[in-house]
Amino acid sequence: MKKHTLSVTVENKPGVLARVTTVIRRRGYNIESLTVGQTENPSISRITLVVTGDDPIIEQVTKQLYKLVDVIKIVDITEERSVERELVLVKVKADTSVRGEIVQIVDIFRGRIVDIGRSSLIVEATGDSSKIDAIEEALSPFGIIELVRTGKVAMVRGGK
Amino acid sequence: MNMRGAEILLHCLKEEGVDTVFGYPGGQILPVYDALYSSDIRHILARHEQGAVHAAEGYARASGKVGVCISTSGPGATNLVTGIANAYMDSIPLVCLTGQVGTSMIGRDAFQEADICGITLPITKHNYLVEKLEDVPRVVKEAFYIARTNRPGPVVVDLPRDIMEKVIDYEPGDIEINLRGYRVMKGYNAGQVISAVEMIKGAERPVIYCGGGVINANAAAELTELAEKRKIPVTNTLMGIGSFPADNYLYLGMLGMHGTRYANYAIGESDLLIAVGVRFDDRVTGHLDHFAPHAKVIHIDIDAAEIGKNVVVDIPIVGDVKEVLAAINQRLDAVEGYSEWHKTIDRWKEEFPMRYGPSAEGRIMPQHVVEMIYELTGGEAIITTEVGQNQMWAAQYYRGKHPRSFISSGGLGTMGYGFPAAIGAKIACPDKVVIDIAGDGSIQMNIQELGTAAQYRLPVIICILNNQFLGMVRQWQGLFYGGRYSFTDIEHQPDFVKLAEAYGGVGIRVKDAGEVEAALKQAMEVKDRPVIIDFWVEREANVYPMVPPGAALSNMLGGD
Ligand SMILES: Cc1cc2nc3c(=O)[nH]c(=O)nc-3n(C[C@H](O)[C@H](O)[C@H](O)COP(=O)(O)OP(=O)(O)OC[C@H]3O[C@@H](n4cnc5c(N)ncnc54)[C@H](O)[C@@H]3O)c2cc1C
Ligand SMILES: Cc1ncc(C[n+]2csc(CCOP(=O)(O)OP(=O)(O)O)c2C)c(N)n1
Repeated sequence: MKKHTLSVTVENKPGVLARVTTVIRRRGYNIESLTVGQTENPSISRITLVVTGDDPIIEQVTKQLYKLVDVIKIVDITEERSVERELVLVKVKADTSVRGEIVQIVDIFRGRIVDIGRSSLIVEATGDSSKIDAIEEALSPFGIIELVRTGKVAMVRGGK
Repeated sequence: MNMRGAEILLHCLKEEGVDTVFGYPGGQILPVYDALYSSDIRHILARHEQGAVHAAEGYARASGKVGVCISTSGPGATNLVTGIANAYMDSIPLVCLTGQVGTSMIGRDAFQEADICGITLPITKHNYLVEKLEDVPRVVKEAFYIARTNRPGPVVVDLPRDIMEKVIDYEPGDIEINLRGYRVMKGYNAGQVISAVEMIKGAERPVIYCGGGVINANAAAELTELAEKRKIPVTNTLMGIGSFPADNYLYLGMLGMHGTRYANYAIGESDLLIAVGVRFDDRVTGHLDHFAPHAKVIHIDIDAAEIGKNVVVDIPIVGDVKEVLAAINQRLDAVEGYSEWHKTIDRWKEEFPMRYGPSAEGRIMPQHVVEMIYELTGGEAIITTEVGQNQMWAAQYYRGKHPRSFISSGGLGTMGYGFPAAIGAKIACPDKVVIDIAGDGSIQMNIQELGTAAQYRLPVIICILNNQFLGMVRQWQGLFYGGRYSFTDIEHQPDFVKLAEAYGGVGIRVKDAGEVEAALKQAMEVKDRPVIIDFWVEREANVYPMVPPGAALSNMLGGD
């Protein structure tokens, strides 16, 4: 079983996301993450799906999704050379004694501190999933109060 | 020209060639009914929306056209749901027009509001909530296009009331279909066809396994040509009955759970399975590990997602059955001969014919009724079925010859399907004898449609194989639950003869095997109203052969 990243181009219409998730839920596939957003063409949205499964499962997901009238194109970009990004916001416990240390960690990951509270900080970082995992791990000893990850968006490099 | 939304809708339906719709009115669909009042579209008033949608399915299956049904919002729309799910499972082209509360009320739990698009998301090929009147012509055009092309299926069009009331200046014109995400399948992979031809030439023990796709593609002639050219034995699914003439010597009957022994044995021994417009349903394959263990598989299907879904395929061909079979046939020469394979099959046919025992107390055997129906109609009738034992006996003993003349709920197994479907079939084919082979349980699920059949003077014949049991479930309880007949005895039932008469139909009761023929003849004489024949059959007759659920196909009970 392997993680696959599918880039699904869909009509930008109400209900499309529900259609896609209904197929996935009904057929019992496992989704790790799903993001959706507009593209350069306002009538088209892009859904990025991370699905776990062996090849026949991924083939079925793809074929079943293709049957949706509003799905225009599906590309499995797992093996493609692509840029992948996720964004994370972490609210971490931070009294004055550890703030310096946290700032250092955030610098190493090229993250940013976007809010300062009396006893906490909000950290923002972007990167591929493994980098986000790493920053999460690095911050956890301080005590994570809240964390939210966007899920992955991706784009194939070069001419394609 | 100034027109109301509802009038524009009907105009668009006519553009699609619709002349008959099945429906039931109500508040939110009132504007559409008002327009129907002065329209030349024929509206058949059902007695329950489920009756309307199954009738539309029967109409579609008998005629090959898209079936259309109409309901109001809320409870009217939700009453369609079983029929929509049924059409989805059996790939039947349907357009369902549902009323909806006004656009400003949507989402506020308005009176009789139901989110029918949300509810039917997983059981429609596509659905539309119409957002503005200007969209109606395009939506209707797309709905019919999607319903009937590629793998057919149901499409729901939800119509808010204010949009149907609104008046605009409407100019009918050509509408271009522009669906970026939906392409009609044309052509096929020629290389795969050549490989398939070579594989067919090299096969020693080939079998054709064909189904609903052949009927949908109107490809019975191409299928028969392939079989006869290469002398390939043919078995079909429940959905494929009629795609190959049952009186042809190459015919093996139905395969699967209640298939013939010789069909299932042939699958087990074959070295090449040519699967044509079928979806390897579990009722057909039994335990997948033991299904056609020695066979290479060629699978022709228009839906790429069906290929490789359940079994590994050696030569997948995505395309329309008619086109692909024609291409294969063109590259094959006819062969003569009666091989070892045919000999083996004939031996099985001789040793394990379809047969049933005599009844215990001179009661009618249900299989005998079906055989008589076949004999008296010469296999030229349209048969619909309910669900359960009646359905399986119909499939086993009515030796249908023609496509679109055996109409049964295959994928969903919907009790109450057969009678309304018969009404739709009779409306599509008024010159054909139409018979619903029914069980006493199923018929009570849409019995109210007697009102519809009587009102429109439709001589549909309902043959109830009355065993006073939910027979198929009782059979399972007998075989797998130690004979504990938990809530399957339905001895308490109406007098079906009086019931038919109460609705203005004809009722006949038959308790004696000697009277079966006369009763059927009498029923076929009736030309202007529905007939119920209540056959009191052997109560505990079982359907055999039977592959127990999850067993290998070769592992059959009974019929030996
Ligand atoms: C009580 C009960 C018992 C049953 N027992 C049996 C049994 O013993 N044996 C049996 O066979 N069935 C049985 N069934 C029915 C079974 O559940 C399935 O409905 C049936 O086997 C499916 O038939 P099919 O494979 O022909 O597919 P269908 O459901 O008819 O599907 C048609 C296939 O053809 C494809 N297709 C459609 N149009 C085209 C085209 N133009 N070109 C190419 N491909 C096309 C579709 O994509 C689809 O894959 C039983 C049902 C019930 C309720
Ligand atoms: C709507 C619905 N409910 C329940 C079932 C489960 N079921 C399958 S066959 C059957 C018995 C059918 O009894 P009857 O119509 O009398 O036919 P018989 O099997 O006796 O011929 C039942 C309850 C079903 N298929 N459909």
